[in-house]
Amino acid sequence: MSDERKIRVLVAKPGLDGHDRGAKVIASAFRDAGFEVVYTGLHQTPEMIVNAAVQEDVDVVAMSVLSGAHMTLFPRVKGLLDEAGADHMLLTGGGIIPEDDVDELEKRGVGRLFGPGTSTSDAIAYVNEWFATTHAN
Amino acid sequence: MSKVEKDVLSRTDLEGLVDDRDQQIAELKARLAEWEESYDGIARRDVLFSTVSGREVKPLYTELDHASDDDSVGYPGMYPFTRGPYATMYRTRLWTMRQFAGFATAEETNERYKYLLAHGQTGLSVAFDFPTLMGYDSDHDRSLGEVGVCGVAISSLADMERLFEGIPLDQVSVSMTINGPAIILFCFYVAAAERQGVDVSVLRGTVQNDILKEYQAQHAWIYPPEPALRCIVDMFEWCSEHTPKYNPISISGYHIREAGATAAEELAFTLRNGFEYVERGIARGLDVDSFAPRLSFFFDVHNDFFEEIAKLRAARRIWARGMKEKYGARNPDSWRLRTHCQTAGVTLVAQQPENNIVRVAYQAMAAALGGTQSLHTNSMDETLALPTEKSVRIALRTQQVLAYESGVANTIDPLAGSHYVEALTDDIERDALALFEEIDEMGGVVPGIEQGWFQQEIANSAMRQQREVESAERVVVGVNHFTEGSGDIEIETLRIDPEVEQRQVAKMAEMRSERDDTVVTSTLAALTEACRADENVVPYILDCARAYCTLFEIRAAMEEVFGSYKEPVFF
Repeated sequence: MSDERKIRVLVAKPGLDGHDRGAKVIASAFRDAGFEVVYTGLHQTPEMIVNAAVQEDVDVVAMSVLSGAHMTLFPRVKGLLDEAGADHMLLTGGGIIPEDDVDELEKRGVGRLFGPGTSTSDAIAYVNEWFATTHAN
Repeated sequence: MSKVEKDVLSRTDLEGLVDDRDQQIAELKARLAEWEESYDGIARRDVLFSTVSGREVKPLYTELDHASDDDSVGYPGMYPFTRGPYATMYRTRLWTMRQFAGFATAEETNERYKYLLAHGQTGLSVAFDFPTLMGYDSDHDRSLGEVGVCGVAISSLADMERLFEGIPLDQVSVSMTINGPAIILFCFYVAAAERQGVDVSVLRGTVQNDILKEYQAQHAWIYPPEPALRCIVDMFEWCSEHTPKYNPISISGYHIREAGATAAEELAFTLRNGFEYVERGIARGLDVDSFAPRLSFFFDVHNDFFEEIAKLRAARRIWARGMKEKYGARNPDSWRLRTHCQTAGVTLVAQQPENNIVRVAYQAMAAALGGTQSLHTNSMDETLALPTEKSVRIALRTQQVLAYESGVANTIDPLAGSHYVEALTDDIERDALALFEEIDEMGGVVPGIEQGWFQQEIANSAMRQQREVESAERVVVGVNHFTEGSGDIEIETLRIDPEVEQRQVAKMAEMRSERDDTVVTSTLAALTEACRADENVVPYILDCARAYCTLFEIRAAMEEVFGSYKEPVFF
């Protein structure tokens, strides 16, 4: 690793779902862990999220989805990130997401997705490891 | 002791009584000190002895810890209603078992309702999908991927008619969880009843319609606070004349609590929101007793058994005293807090999901002991997806075992007089009143929302609870203790067919082609005008509903005058 720069994370709430307890908890935990955190606020479209990710030049996009629309929203954001030349960013997240869908989304290039009862330290460790591996040189 | 006897008590008699009481207290304190000495010498388990809300719990409560007397506890059905809103409570009628349900299209949800009614459920409760909750039609761009996923999609009267096909609306009470566009969905409902040939004055049910807690916690809003509050008062006014048995609001702590608030915050924010609505009604010039009897409530029932029971008892007492003493209501029905409860979704975990059945059962028991009027029990699989038919049946059966086998429904408020429960009831009431003062110092509820105060308080409490769980100080079975077997989650989950969205979009196109566009345009224009002219908007929205204007068209017609809400973003 060349220098000790901070990991930049966009915490995003896509779709019409207003449940932001998880997003706010993870945003605070990421900040406490030393990440630079930008929170989008609620009711964001995939386009708005990708624009923000590119503008803020983040390393990680972490989406919180509790609406059941994850099979639409994750692939859509992943596709738009790739189109915007931002395929180096990690797309990860959490919410009410059944195991089978987690596996399917992973196949489509989405990172780990965390369910209810996850410890924020697991998510932090995951992001740190991903960053260390991908920025090793 | 009669008043006459009281009057003739001499000064000496009174002094004698006081001396007796002083002596009793001294004796109690002495015995307590003796017990404390023996307690202090023995090792204790190394766990948190506090409620999930962070309230310290003493090892022992005695009559020294509470001031319960006839004025503060009293009798069920009598002011201040601490022991229950009705004199006979569950001996006359059990709580309504009302499972919240909705998914996919109106037809599929209609099937689920018939299934639930056939299994002994006694009321219906509609869960709408996110587009509907936010006032978007199923064929709107913003609805992509969310139609029918998290609830049922209702975009016009046509959908509402299909939702209740074969379910006579004069015979079943229906609760609808909708807030931002509540007034529109209510009008769809009334119009659907008209289409069934039902006299709307007999309609029983509830629409959530509590916008203040949306800004604070749940976040499904459309308009800014002032016009949104105006619509709510329009509903109070219209319903008191036309649907007198219908509850035009369910003032809800549930979402505040689920978002992270403590029990005391849930109680204080909810009741303070309730008083805000009362003040708005009075400011309109309505007689408080014309609408207050139809205000209803909705609380969360979380893990801490006794604290939740105390919260419900304190809620009734605070509401009754406020309505009578501060707002001058004279009708006892205006003092009587009636509530729906739901077990706490946030306590369910994905690890070993079958254990959730047990969590729900304890929470349900607390709701019954707290004297709820209706109850939804969550299903064990709701941390993974919407519940399956089987898991919903278990949740309903949990209520039936509670109601018919456990004996809790046999006697009224059986925990009254418990030193712990009475002390908790007093403590939580005191905390709520202190929070009222803080809110008043900010200038009231709306300024508090605009400053983000409620949102920040709730987020801070959520973070504190998260830290307790992550440090494993707060035990969560299967999550931070007893995790053997937590790795494999093998339960069936409900899947929504992705074709639902296309089917719904196609149905909307058909409906749009069949309606009379001239009437659509003219009723929408009349509605916009009524918004501008400060008239009661309910009759105008009803006209739009009858003309098959869609949810989004009606939303937009009002938005022209009202504008839209922008949240203050922070974390």
